[in-house]
Amino acid sequence: MTSILLQNVRILCPASGSDKVSDVRIAEGRITHVGTAPAADQTINAKGLWLMPGVIDLAARLREPGATAKATIASEAKAALAAGITTLVMPPDTKPVADTAAVVDRIHTKATQAGAATVRVLGALTQGLHGEALAELSALKAAGVVGVTNANAALANLLVARRALEYAHGLGLTVHVLALDAALANGGCAHEGAMATRLGLAPIPVAAEVAAIRQWISLVEDTGAAVHFGRLSSARGAELVESAMARKLPVTADVAAHQLFLTDAALEGFDAMAHVIPPLRSMDDREALRGAVAKGVISAICSDHQPHEPDAKVNPFPLTEPGISGLETLLPLALRLVEDGLLSPLQCAARLSTGPAAVLRLTAPRISPGEQALLTLIDPAARWTLQAKAMVSRGRNTPFSGQAFTGRAVRTFS
Amino acid sequence: MTPSLQLDAQGRLSHLLTTEGLPRGLLERLLDRAEPYAKAAEAGFKKDPLLTGKTVVNLFFENSTRTRTTFELAATRLSADVINLHVQASSTAKGETLLDTLKTIEAMQADLFVIRHEASGAAHFFAQHAAPGVAILNAGDGRHAHPTQALLDAFTIRRNAPPREGRRHMRFDDLSVAIVGDIVHSRVARSNIHALTTLGVKDLRLIGPTTLMPSGIEQLAKGIRIEHDLMRGLDGVDVVILLRLQKERMVGAFLPSLGEFHRDYGLTAERLAQLKPDVLLMHPGPINRGVEIAGDVAYGARSVILEQVKHGVAVRMAVMAEILGTAQ
Repeated sequence: MTSILLQNVRILCPASGSDKVSDVRIAEGRITHVGTAPAADQTINAKGLWLMPGVIDLAARLREPGATAKATIASEAKAALAAGITTLVMPPDTKPVADTAAVVDRIHTKATQAGAATVRVLGALTQGLHGEALAELSALKAAGVVGVTNANAALANLLVARRALEYAHGLGLTVHVLALDAALANGGCAHEGAMATRLGLAPIPVAAEVAAIRQWISLVEDTGAAVHFGRLSSARGAELVESAMARKLPVTADVAAHQLFLTDAALEGFDAMAHVIPPLRSMDDREALRGAVAKGVISAICSDHQPHEPDAKVNPFPLTEPGISGLETLLPLALRLVEDGLLSPLQCAARLSTGPAAVLRLTAPRISPGEQALLTLIDPAARWTLQAKAMVSRGRNTPFSGQAFTGRAVRTFS
Repeated sequence: MTPSLQLDAQGRLSHLLTTEGLPRGLLERLLDRAEPYAKAAEAGFKKDPLLTGKTVVNLFFENSTRTRTTFELAATRLSADVINLHVQASSTAKGETLLDTLKTIEAMQADLFVIRHEASGAAHFFAQHAAPGVAILNAGDGRHAHPTQALLDAFTIRRNAPPREGRRHMRFDDLSVAIVGDIVHSRVARSNIHALTTLGVKDLRLIGPTTLMPSGIEQLAKGIRIEHDLMRGLDGVDVVILLRLQKERMVGAFLPSLGEFHRDYGLTAERLAQLKPDVLLMHPGPINRGVEIAGDVAYGARSVILEQVKHGVAVRMAVMAEILGTAQ
């Protein structure tokens, strides 16, 4: 394998808190030098470019096994790499469900064959995600899952939740939670408010998120087990997580990138591309989520990637399938937060790499000699326009098509 | 986006999806246009050759014999050919078949689809995917809109409300209107809110228990006031629009019982006696006797419920004529 020398690149290394311009040499998949470096086979003048640890995406549906008409592990792992993402974490709600080591192994094998982004798996918390009997969490851990979750499926009751949490805690596994009380969400498809009322869409109240978070926090208080709240959507949800953190409870949180830019105003005209669960909420919620990202209460930004075949969005709004194909907008939207002055470049790198790594209990990636070269090289000044039909992912379902962006990944090392 | 989808570049109605965003002038024009049809029907002259050779398809994904019949009558009286299709929602659970249904029937050279579907936004969906020149008329989509019901309600009010003292004609600007009952599930309420406030109503009260009042409804238009006490809400009103309570939907925690709803929100003869003597009593039908309204009140002197039914045909003729016919 050839060696590469990046000259005068701006190194953003959140683990060491370092933000400096220097040279980086990579060879054999490792970082060999930072600073003064010997010549390499290939030299890149990286003046003006940023180098950060590879983006780790905490929530990406790859649709395989089970829904390969929408996408495959190979198609999405390639799309991820093209978008600067080196590691994808997929929830277990595949068909079959990732509730056994065999399914996890099969996913890992497929991902290795694809030879693109690394794919990590969240194991199922309960068998078949039915919410009743625990899955074999120890076997799943041995198979290499980076956490466990019941994904969007409900647990039978709080006793199951508590036991699952205790059991996972004993194994050193973090439980990832999509906080959305099914009864309160009541099959709804839009944030409860004037927009849903005007369009006649069944509402999902903020309490559906907040009530679920409160319950889980109560269980964390009892057990001391680690819980990660994924895809926060509301101001009150973020507040609750912040107060739990202030009490030193072992909780973390992420947000989908689209929640930091869109509100329920995007539903105007019944635009099915804006149909997501949890729903796009109010401007106040969006601002609070941004604030929580800036403060680090929300330590990770993810894509919540959900690629669909075109037909999935060709229906009256409530009958369309929720979700955005988000891999290709994750990094560009995060860079917009830098442009908006919300995050420093180093903080942006943290929310995309070391933040998610900590959630997964992985060693913090560093840009220093000897480290694995999982790196994303960014041109922060590149101006481009997202065209749905030109997306690399199989899913072209995005509300951002036609939008201009500044900044994107120009090369991903993996 | 919502209004532009139903109006062409010249501001003409190309589809009727919702009363929201329609200019006052257009609403008034539709009401004016319904007037001769209503008069002709009253005089026994029912047929008009305007839409000879046009094909109207009633595409109903929800059962509704009453509404479908009035659309069928409207189209027939305008001499259009009418096809009635009732499609089971279960057979169109997948998106492609819903679109396929539209495209298949379009291929039969249909000019106008009258569509009723349980999903909010269904009419918009069909309008976005209809071939150029094919018009969509929303006959009710989920909780979102039922524009012809709102137009016929406005028409009925215009024909029956007395002018304010000192005026020669009634004006919507002078009216106080109350809509009572299950607002949260009601497309009739939403369409009436938009239509009546656009026509000039400045005092619109929405009355019902909190569980049946959707969040942010007061932001739909200016002049909306929410009341949970029936008689306080009805104080001084000129028009009362009672909504049909979907009994099967109320199972659960919306209401303790239909009896309790009737006790708090049912319109009885005693309550009617406390209202203005010339108040108009309306209901989109079919009524639940002893729930929204007492049986003796439903067809009493102040009720214009049967006129609403009669006007339904004239108003739907006016809408079809406006969309498909040549300009008057």
